[in-house]
Amino acid sequence: MPVITFPVNSSPAEHLLDLYRTMARIRAFENAAEETSRGGVAVFGSTADAVALVRGPLHLSTGQEAVAAGVCAHLERGDYLTSTHRGHGHTLAKGADTAAMMCELFGRATGTNHGKGGSMHIADFSVGMLGANGVVAAGIPIAVGAAHSAKIRGSGAIVACFFGDGAINRGPFLEGLNWAKIFNLPVLFVCEDNRYSATTATDAMTGGAGAAARARGMDIPAETVDGNDVRAVDHAARDMVARIRAGGGPQFLHALTYRVKGHVSVDPATYREQGEVDRALESDPLQLAAARLDALGVDAARIAEVDAAARAEIETALAVARAAPWPQAAAAYTDVQDTGAGQWH
Amino acid sequence: MALISYAQAACQALAAAMRADPRVLALGEDVGRGGIFGQYKGLQQEFGAARIIDTPISEATIMGAAVGMALTGLRPVVEMRVADFALCAIDEIVNQAAKNRYMFGGQGRVPLVARLPIGIWSASAAQHSQSLEAWFAHIPGLVVVAPATPADNHALLAAAIACDDPVIYMEHKELWALQGEPPAPDPAVLGKARVVRAGADLTLVTWSKLVHTAVEAAGRAAQHGIAVEVIDLRTIWPWDRDLVLDSAARTGRLLVAHEAVQAGGFGAEIAATVAEELGIPVRRVGAPRIPVGYARTLEDVARISAERLLEELTTFVQRDAQRRPAA
Repeated sequence: MPVITFPVNSSPAEHLLDLYRTMARIRAFENAAEETSRGGVAVFGSTADAVALVRGPLHLSTGQEAVAAGVCAHLERGDYLTSTHRGHGHTLAKGADTAAMMCELFGRATGTNHGKGGSMHIADFSVGMLGANGVVAAGIPIAVGAAHSAKIRGSGAIVACFFGDGAINRGPFLEGLNWAKIFNLPVLFVCEDNRYSATTATDAMTGGAGAAARARGMDIPAETVDGNDVRAVDHAARDMVARIRAGGGPQFLHALTYRVKGHVSVDPATYREQGEVDRALESDPLQLAAARLDALGVDAARIAEVDAAARAEIETALAVARAAPWPQAAAAYTDVQDTGAGQWH
Repeated sequence: MALISYAQAACQALAAAMRADPRVLALGEDVGRGGIFGQYKGLQQEFGAARIIDTPISEATIMGAAVGMALTGLRPVVEMRVADFALCAIDEIVNQAAKNRYMFGGQGRVPLVARLPIGIWSASAAQHSQSLEAWFAHIPGLVVVAPATPADNHALLAAAIACDDPVIYMEHKELWALQGEPPAPDPAVLGKARVVRAGADLTLVTWSKLVHTAVEAAGRAAQHGIAVEVIDLRTIWPWDRDLVLDSAARTGRLLVAHEAVQAGGFGAEIAATVAEELGIPVRRVGAPRIPVGYARTLEDVARISAERLLEELTTFVQRDAQRRPAA
C-alpha cells in the first residue's frame, strides 16, 4: 500500500490559518443553521413550524469545530469519513459544498441528499463522507467495513470514524474497535467527547477510565487531547494518520471538547449550571486559535478577512438554499429499491 | 442425474459468483470451516481467508461492516447463522442497510445478501427456530427471499448476489440436507413465484419448507377429489401478486400457509390483498402465537403438518361449496 503523506507545505502559521478557516466556516454554518431553524423544531409535543427554513432535530457542533478541522486536515478526498447526528462540521471539513449542505438542511431538491435526509443524515459520498447517522455508534461498524473494503481492494484509502462520548457505551463500539484491531484496518477512531449523552452527563453513565482506556484495552494506540485546541488535534491526527497509512492499523483519538449548545437546538440545557457553560466558552476553539495566530505574528486583519469570507460563503449558501426548489412528491418513490419498484403496497 | 443438496446448491452458487466477480465475498462466524451447516464448505480453501472471512461473534458489526463494504465497491454475502441472531444486528439491517440509499438521496447502494436461516430446527427451542420473514418484508428497501428447493437455493442465491438491493435471504434449517434436481445455470428472477402443482379448486400459497408439506397435503387432497394449486412464493418481497391473483381468480379460494406465527404474518398481507382485489374467501394457516418449545410434544404444537393443512383445506373447500349457490 502506498504511503501517502498529507502535504503540509505551508508554515506553521499558514497551516494554523487554514485550520482556523475551516473552523470559521463551520461556525458560520452552524450559526446560520441555528438561526434559520427557529420555530422549526418539534419539542414537547409541538409540531415543527412550517415557516422555519430548517425543520426537525438540529444537532449543532458549535464549539466543537477544532475536532473536525484538525482531523480532516489530514484526510485525502479519497479517504472515507463516517459521522454522527452532529455531523455538519465533519461534512464541511471533508470538503462538502456548503451551499449543497444548506440546501439539504432546508430540505431542497438540490441538497446533498436531494432533501431526503436533512441535517441528521447529511452525507456527501463524492468527497468520501459516507453519512451522518441518526443512531448513536451506528457509524462505527460501517467505518470498519469501509476500511476493510479499502484494505481488501488495496485502494490505500483510510477511514476517519467520528463518534461521541455517548457511543462508547454501545455495543457496536466494542465490536467495531475489536474488528479493526484483529483485521489491522486503516481506521482513525475519533471520540469527539462533548461531555453529554443527549441531556445526561456522560461521566455519570460511564464506568472505568473512559474512551481511551477502553481502546488501549484492545491494544489500540490511544491519545487524549484538548479537543478545543486545534493544534493539539492537528498534531495528534497527523501522527496517527501517518501510522495508519504506513499499515500500523487502527488508532484512537480522544478529543475533549464541550457541547456549548443543547442536545438539539431548542434544548435550553437547564440540566447544567450556566457557570459550566461559561467556563467552557473561555476556551472557545476559534478564540484560542486566533490568539495563537496573533502570537505567531499573523495580522489581525487576515483573521478578520477569514471570518468575513466564511460569513459571506454561508450567506451565499443561505441565498442558494432559499431559492432552491423543493423535491417533487414523486421523488418519495425513488431510490427505495429497484427490485419490486412500483409495488408500494 | 446426480442429485444435489440444498446446502451444496447454495455453496455452488456462491462459489460461481465469487469466481465470476472479485467483488463478491462472504463474512461471518465459522464460515472458514464451512459454516455450521456446511453451506460454505471448501470455499475458504479456494478463495482464501480474505474473501471467506471468519469474524468474531459480533453480529452488529458483521452486518454493519458489510454495509460499509457494499458502499465502497464490494458485494458481501453476510452469514448470520440463524435468523434469531440477526436480531443482534437489527439496527444495521433496518436503519442502515435498508435506509442508506434512500436517506442519502441515492448517493450509495448497498448490494449485500444477508443469509438468515429460518424455521424450526428440531429440538433447538425458542431462540433458534423463528421464522421472521414478515419483519423484513415490512421494511422498505429490503428484498426478502425464501428458497424451498436445492435448485432454487442455487438460482435464487445467484440472483440475490447479482441484485443491487440489500437482500434478506432466508434458507430453512431443516432443508439443508434435502436432495433435489441440480439447478439450471441461470439465476432466478426475484419476485417470481412458481406453480408447483396445478389444481382448480383452491389456491394454496406457501414458501420455504412448507412448500413440501403443502405438496404432500395436496396429493392427499386429490384422493378426496379436491384439486389444490400449490404456489411456492419464493420471494416474500416483492411478492408475485400477478401469479397469485391469477390463480386465486381461477380457483375462487385462497389459503395461505406459513411456518411463522399466524398473527401479523405475511400470509395476512396476501390474504388481505386477494380479498380486496377479488372478493373471494380467504383463509390463513400459521403457527400459534407461542415460542417454539423444546420437548417434541411442545415443538409439534408450533409445527404446521400435512395433516393440519389437509384438514384446513378440506374444511375450507367443503364449507365454501355448501355456501356457494349451485352452479
